[in-house]
Parts: sequence; C-alpha cells; structure tokens
Amino acid sequence: MDNLIWIFISALLVNNFVLAYFLGLCPFLGVSGRLETSFRLGLATTFVLVITAICSWFLNTYILPHAPYLRLISFIVVIASTVQFIEMAIKKLSPALFKALGIFLPLITTNCAILGLAIFATNKGYGFTEGLVFALGAGAGFTLAMVLMAGIREEAELSDIPALIQGTAMNLIIAGILSMAFMGFAGLFSSG
Amino acid sequence: MSIGNGVKEPGSARLALSLAFAGFISGLAIIAIYEATLPTITANKAEELRQAVFRVLPGVTRIRKFESTPEGLKENPEARGEEVVYGGYDPQGALVGYAINSAGPGFQDTIRVLYGYAPAERRVLGMWILESRETPGLGDKIYKDAEFVANFEDLAIEPQIVAVKKGTRSAPNEIDAITGATISSKAVARIINEGHQRWKGRLPAPDGQPGIEEAEQ
Amino acid sequence: MAREQSSYESFIKGLWRENPVFVQVLGMCPMLAVTNTALNSLVMGLATLFVLMGSSFLVASLKHLIPKQVRISLYIIIIATFVTIADYTILALLPAVHKELGAFIPLIVANCMILGRQEAFASRHGVRMAVVDAAGMSAGFMFALLALGGVRELLGNGSLFGVDLFGPGFEPWVIMILPPGGFITLGLLLLLFNWIAARKRAFLAEVAATEREML
Repeated sequence: MDNLIWIFISALLVNNFVLAYFLGLCPFLGVSGRLETSFRLGLATTFVLVITAICSWFLNTYILPHAPYLRLISFIVVIASTVQFIEMAIKKLSPALFKALGIFLPLITTNCAILGLAIFATNKGYGFTEGLVFALGAGAGFTLAMVLMAGIREEAELSDIPALIQGTAMNLIIAGILSMAFMGFAGLFSSG
Repeated sequence: MSIGNGVKEPGSARLALSLAFAGFISGLAIIAIYEATLPTITANKAEELRQAVFRVLPGVTRIRKFESTPEGLKENPEARGEEVVYGGYDPQGALVGYAINSAGPGFQDTIRVLYGYAPAERRVLGMWILESRETPGLGDKIYKDAEFVANFEDLAIEPQIVAVKKGTRSAPNEIDAITGATISSKAVARIINEGHQRWKGRLPAPDGQPGIEEAEQ
Repeated sequence: MAREQSSYESFIKGLWRENPVFVQVLGMCPMLAVTNTALNSLVMGLATLFVLMGSSFLVASLKHLIPKQVRISLYIIIIATFVTIADYTILALLPAVHKELGAFIPLIVANCMILGRQEAFASRHGVRMAVVDAAGMSAGFMFALLALGGVRELLGNGSLFGVDLFGPGFEPWVIMILPPGGFITLGLLLLLFNWIAARKRAFLAEVAATEREML
C-alpha cells in the first residue's frame, strides 16, 4: 500500500509528467489558454492514460515476452486505435460529451504523455495495480499542471506584457517557475 | 481505421492489405536489426552487471545467479525480477558473499542499489548505485563521492545501518551522511536495511553455501 | 540552376526561417528532456535526423502507393520502424548514452515534427526535395538541441561535451541541468530568436522606407 501511495504521489507531484519529465508539452503550451478547457482536456487525457495502462499491461504480460522488439510499434498502434475507438464510442453514446471534448480527443494521440506512460511503466516493471495507480497519478499531475498554467495565463492576459515576450517564450518561463516550485515536493517520501 | 464510404474510395480490403503489407515489411526490418544487435547488447549488459558485482564484492572472480524458491536458492541463469541474488566466489571457489538488489524512494525518484553482503560475518562489503535521478551536485554524491561509497566497505548491517552527521561515525554500523544530501544518504541506508530484512532469512549459513563445485557438475 | 537554388533554400529554411523548434515550436518533449548535456543533445539530434530522413525518403518514394485513408497509420508504422532501428543501434553502440536518454529515444515517435513533415511536405513533393527538406528540418532541430544543451551543460556543470572549461573555481548553476533550467533556457532562447526576427523586420522596413525616399 505504501508503495502504491508513493507511485501516485511521485507521478502527481515529485515527478510530475509535465514539469519534471516534459511529457505532454504540446497541449500544455498550446491548449492551456482557458481554465475550463484545460480541465476537460486533463480529464480526457487521464481517461486515455488509464485505458493505455490496461492495454500496455496486457501487451507486456501476454505478447511482448515473446517478441520484445515489437514493443514500440505495438504500443503506438494500440494507442492510436484506442483513441480512435474511444472517439467513436463517445460519439455514439454521448454526443454532448463528444461536443464538449471536441478536437481534444484526436489531439491526445500525439500527446507523448500517453506513449511515455506505457514506456515508463514497462521500464519500471509495474504490475497491473501499480500501472493503474501510475496512470491515475500521471493523469492527475497532467491535469494539475494544465489547470495551474491556464490560471496563470488567464491572469497574464490582463497584464501589460511587452509584445516580444508574449506567447510561447513567456509560457516556457512560467513553466520553468512552476517546475521550480514543484521541485519543493522532492524528498516528500524519504525523510523519516 | 477510416471508413471508406465514397464511391471512388478504394475498398476496405485494399486498405487492410496495404496496412498488413507495411506491418510485414516493418516487422522484417525490426527483426533484422534486433538479431543484428542482440549479441552486442547482451554482452554489454552482462559486462555492466559483472562490473557492478565486482565493485560490491571485492576479490570475486566468478559469479553465479541464484533465484530464491520455497526450497531455497536455486541456480538459474535465466532468472529475472526481485527474487534474484548473485553469488560471488574467490579463485579457490569459496563464497565471498552475495550481491543483492534493492530499491526504494530516494529524494527525487526511485533509487536502485546493489550491495554486497557476507552472510557469515553479517556485514556489507560494498555498495553500488544502479539507477538514480538524485539532484546533480548534491544527491548524486551517493555514487559520485568516493568517500561516501567507501562507508559501505566492511559495514556491520545489524541491528541496522544508521546514517549519522558527517565526521561523527563511531559504531561499526554507522555511515557518514553527505553534507547537503542527508535525505539521499538516509535513503541509501534505508534501502539496504530493507533489502536485508527481505533476504536475511533466505541466504544459507556458511556451511550450507552453494559451493562452486556444484556448478561445475 | 534554379533547381539548385530551390533545394538550397529549402535546406536553409529549416535551419532558420522555419526552424522547427524556435519558430514552429514543435518537438518540445525530447527537446527539453535530453538537453542537460551537449553529448546527449548530439545523439538525440542524430537519431532524429536518421528517423526523419528515412521516413521522408520512404514516404516520398511510396506516395502514389499509399491509400489516403490509412496514410497516417502508415506514416506512424514507418516512423516507429525507423525509431526502433535507431533505438537498438544506440543501445548496442553507446550503452551509457542510451541509459541517460532512456525512454526518450522511443518517444521520438511522438515528436510531432516528424509526422508533421510527412503530412505537410514529403507526401506532396519529389524524393529529392523531401530528403533535402528533411535534412534542413533535422539540421534546424539539431541546432536548437545543441544550443540548449550547450548552454545548460556550460552553466549547469561548467563543461562542454564533458570537457571541463572553467576549472575548480566555478560553482555550477545546478538548476540549469534540472527541469526548470530547461524550460527557462528555452524560453530565453525563444525570446532571443523573436528579438532577432523583430530587429530584422525593422531593418528591412527601414531599408524599404529609404528606398522609397530615394525614388
């Protein structure tokens, strides 16, 4: 149980996917303009992360021991088809949710956090439960980073900022400061 | 993946065929590179492991890989995972000690440690960090600082390893913590203590040691 | 002659005017994660060069055979194949670097720059142009990687490609090789790039104004 809590907190705060591993930067820098949409994208990504964790556990347990060289190609194919499948399913089952998620679902395919999760979970040798907790932590961490960033950007819009620094340059520097703040979580689990 | 619904669109059969063909070609290419690099990669990994085992067990010339089973240690060169220890032997074929893997949370991320353990004397013979993402310049001294690593050469493991302030080491089971990286130092001590708790009951006493002669049969 | 010119231009545009990192802001994830030393940056740059050139060459040669509906899936299969090849080659030849780059070599697959070039360029142009374009984009990516990796290693460790430059008196700025250093350095480099571009625009406008006056 201790171990599971460590995995969750580690993925959420200490080793936040976005701010410490640089995964999922495209949406983090691109789509984090509004609080509302950032939160929704975070939830959709968490959902896909959990599904991916289950799929990659299945692949790792039953297929890849016989063919380790197919790891990358099978992960990427599974992720692409999962996202496509989820998109179709949501469209059929809940058109309202589909509308709300809009362009975000296809965007998730190219989010390196998804592939990163599958690869990290494999490298760390996580089992089913551990993988699931890792995915939940990573998704929550991604959502947290997105929401923080969006909140700051909404405020920054009202401030008088030189034209030269506006846009990605400023977002990166904000991300750097956030990342520095998150470094403060290091040591959370080892003191004592 | 896409749905071919137009009249002039190629049929699904053709789409599936082209995907299958691409998959086949890519599979061939991947298997070719895998087969071509496998010997080098296996040799590199084995060499890396040998280096690590030699560092934590001084004087060792031969290594055997054991797996812990309910009936005791069994030699199994293919074994993987947490139930594996390496036995290190001197040129005369006598057991020097075991190299044991242990991992746990450090300051930043999980630290993986390999330590050498002499079961007869109940002492640690050496420590080597296999994997860590500790802070460069501070926490990474757990493997970059030779003085800290030297703490673990001939260290009593019972009742348990204790990290103390640098320069105040007085008992045989104490190590000097690194100034500015106390948490990382304590983490290493804790990880070894935990490894010891897991393994101490399972490693045979000196008379029950799996000797080198067995391996030669 | 004109053709020569255009392929030279298409190489240069990837390096500067359409630089994938500084201008298009693509491929951020490997960009920041592996650039804590110049050597890691170089290996990542070479691996990306190999994958992008290989995929662009294949996609441009096979563009008439690739059915439109499944093109993205086929591009991904092609890219993933090249990445796997690069991954195993680095693991065999440079095990120490592979250990540091770790999961970020397979993650080249998810570098949007590579898929983007297939969709936007290689599938619409001849083999030669596609390869030149890929070379230009990779060179631009490598330039950005080395700029970032060089600055971070120099300030964060006082060395470049592992060679100590400042001597023992230098107190390294550890933060530079940690994640925040990556974000902030890239932000400042982007700022510099924007500034140069703005200066150039202002200069050109001034030249145009002077010309008008002279007329």
